[in-house]
Amino acid sequence: MAQTVFAPWKDRDQKPLIEFRNVTKRFGDFTAIDNLSLNIYEREFFALLGPSGCGKTTMMRMLAGFESVTEGHIWLGGQDIISVPPNKRPVNMMFQSYALFPHLSIWDNIAFGLRRESKDKEMIGERVEEMLRLTRLTKFAKRKPHQISGGQRQRVALARSLAKAPKLLLLDEPLGALDKKLREETQFELMDIQETTGTTFVIVTHDQEEAMTVASRIAVMDEGRLVQVDTPDVIYEAPNSVYVADFIGDVNLIPGTARLRPAEPEPPVAAPTLAKDPAPVAEAPAPATETTAPPPTAQADAPADARQPAPNERGEWIYKKVFARFLGQRDLATPQLPPPSPGELAAARKAEADAERANTPTPDAARAPAPAAKPHGTETKSGGILIDWAEGQPPIIVANGDTALDGKPVTLSIRPEKVTIDLEKPDRPNVLPGKVIDIAYLGNISTYHVELASGRMVKAQMVNARRLSNRHITWEDAVWIGFTETAGVVLEE
Amino acid sequence: MRRFTLIAIPYFWLLVLFLVPFVIVLKISLSDVALARPPYTPQLDLSLGWEGLRTFFSGLDFENFVFLTTDDLYWKAYVSSLKIALVSTLLTLMVGYPIAYGMARAPNEWRPTLLMLVILPFWTSFLIRVYSWMGILANEGTLNTVLLWLGVIDTPLQIMNTNTAVYIGIVYTYLPFMVLPIYSALEKMDESLIEAAEDLGCSKLAAFWLVTWPLSRNGIIAGCFLVFIPAIGEFVIPSLLGGSGTLMIGKVLFEEFFSNRDWPVASAVAVILLLILIIPIILFQRNEQKAREAEG
Repeated sequence: MAQTVFAPWKDRDQKPLIEFRNVTKRFGDFTAIDNLSLNIYEREFFALLGPSGCGKTTMMRMLAGFESVTEGHIWLGGQDIISVPPNKRPVNMMFQSYALFPHLSIWDNIAFGLRRESKDKEMIGERVEEMLRLTRLTKFAKRKPHQISGGQRQRVALARSLAKAPKLLLLDEPLGALDKKLREETQFELMDIQETTGTTFVIVTHDQEEAMTVASRIAVMDEGRLVQVDTPDVIYEAPNSVYVADFIGDVNLIPGTARLRPAEPEPPVAAPTLAKDPAPVAEAPAPATETTAPPPTAQADAPADARQPAPNERGEWIYKKVFARFLGQRDLATPQLPPPSPGELAAARKAEADAERANTPTPDAARAPAPAAKPHGTETKSGGILIDWAEGQPPIIVANGDTALDGKPVTLSIRPEKVTIDLEKPDRPNVLPGKVIDIAYLGNISTYHVELASGRMVKAQMVNARRLSNRHITWEDAVWIGFTETAGVVLEE
Repeated sequence: MRRFTLIAIPYFWLLVLFLVPFVIVLKISLSDVALARPPYTPQLDLSLGWEGLRTFFSGLDFENFVFLTTDDLYWKAYVSSLKIALVSTLLTLMVGYPIAYGMARAPNEWRPTLLMLVILPFWTSFLIRVYSWMGILANEGTLNTVLLWLGVIDTPLQIMNTNTAVYIGIVYTYLPFMVLPIYSALEKMDESLIEAAEDLGCSKLAAFWLVTWPLSRNGIIAGCFLVFIPAIGEFVIPSLLGGSGTLMIGKVLFEEFFSNRDWPVASAVAVILLLILIIPIILFQRNEQKAREAEG
């Protein structure tokens, strides 16, 4: 059963729980928060994300009452709270250091806030037990904070801050002290707890993955301003600025100049594709110089491929004599691999050639000779813009680009996982040749750093569906990177 | 073997610098006063062999300890010493805690300077500092002169040669011993604990009593012992600043030793004083150990 989408920020009638209204905070000459307005709704899991010193912690401390507000107002549940002291606010905070009272047991730590409200003992006991159950800490109730592990301390801190059932829970880098695996588990626990208790959570973090995982909405901050406030998917897929694109996840940023894409589908589709054709491809019109290299598939001197792990003679002998009996004859993938050296050569020569002819043939000229020469297989979406990103390089087709950007400097942002990498020229709207410079092997995925002919580095990510030993792309390989006409986002400078 | 050597060094130290002197003092306390040099009998004469050893031990008795119970001067001196030490420890705590708190809450760049200021008096001779208090507290001293000039009083206050002067002297002298352990306890404390307490509904005062105070307890206990233990046996301050009415065991001990030349009784007084001090010293050690365990 599909659930109704939780998106109170889209509902105009919805009253925000927290409202920052033109809030400014200055420390002496330094402006930590600059005229900031923001609404946070009930039951939201809201993340304040940004590099250190961007003001996210100041925002949180203002909500908790530990920092005064220089200008503006903060409303919480219809009440202006800027003059309310921290101990009178219906807000609890989970501190980055956890701030557990070392002289009190886990039980007393959790009961601390409840006792201040002088409720009766029985009720306090019940509530503490409930919190212990929620955070799976019942066994440790009698221990002191220094007798439990970091992950348990984190849960005590959470239980303590939730015990008073606050309207709003603030979490200051709550998982920063945990190791990666525990952190990921805890993120899901946090989400579960947030859902079961129905409390509004505001989390401060510099870890974008954490923010993406837990938050219903993320506010990306920079130098005391909100750069973008949106759901994780929008922040990731449609960043509104180079800053956001660059801060969230891995990204390729290609600066260039926007140009209106011709409307009629036929020529523009073919034209840029052709223009993109680099020298090494046989069917492409050869440049004036004789630099046309053999296609990357050509077999050539193999020894250049020293990086490819391959058995030596003795290994071969042992395999044949011993392992072949029960492992079967090995089909040697190595010789079939395209040797990198010709490709390398091709890329290098092409780069030279590009540099040489940089001032002579315009892209239009290059495109002119054969519009029909290459019938394209894929249906390319029409409209949008073209981006001229490097001298002598084919423009990038961006079908989702705003036509109003015509003639303006723009930056194309493409996530590496939306960029494919192939040894053969793929059939995609945007294809660029390059050379593999670096491979970051992360186990599940590999990130390839590809140097384009213009010298620009582009990251392409591939899921390692096959075992590493079968990996067919290696260092220095001449490769083609490709992406669709809608893969990227055009950002104005 | 290596382990043994490592343990042996501090034990050897303890043997030479504590146990041997203590045994000598104990031996003298069991001897009888004599007009001789040294002024007590029996003397151990090893040249007589076993016979000498036997006469030596048969000459020892508890006569001096019995004597201490017959004259009420001694137990009064002990009680008075304990009282003065206790009161001055509390006074030192009252003065020292706010100083330590202020230092621990001072901006980071100020702390080394403040710490320096606390330690600075140690650079001058203790005796000179006590003498300068005599100059301040005397009837014609600085304090009375200033108060008279201000018109606060019309006759000089008699502070010098009273217990008040002794309290002032002890509080002044031992203040750093109180401030430093409390400061170190407060300085280690995470300030977010106070924020957490306030966040959970404490007023500033409640946060202090429920968090800051218990967390500085180890420092307070350490500081109190560091003041209390030496203050019981204090001799210089009561003899210089106190009057004839100030009765402290250190002073009694001095008189027995130098004025009466009764080394055996003086030694007995010292042995009892040590026995009295062993209790707070053990308590102090236990507190330190507990503090270390809590940290580890």
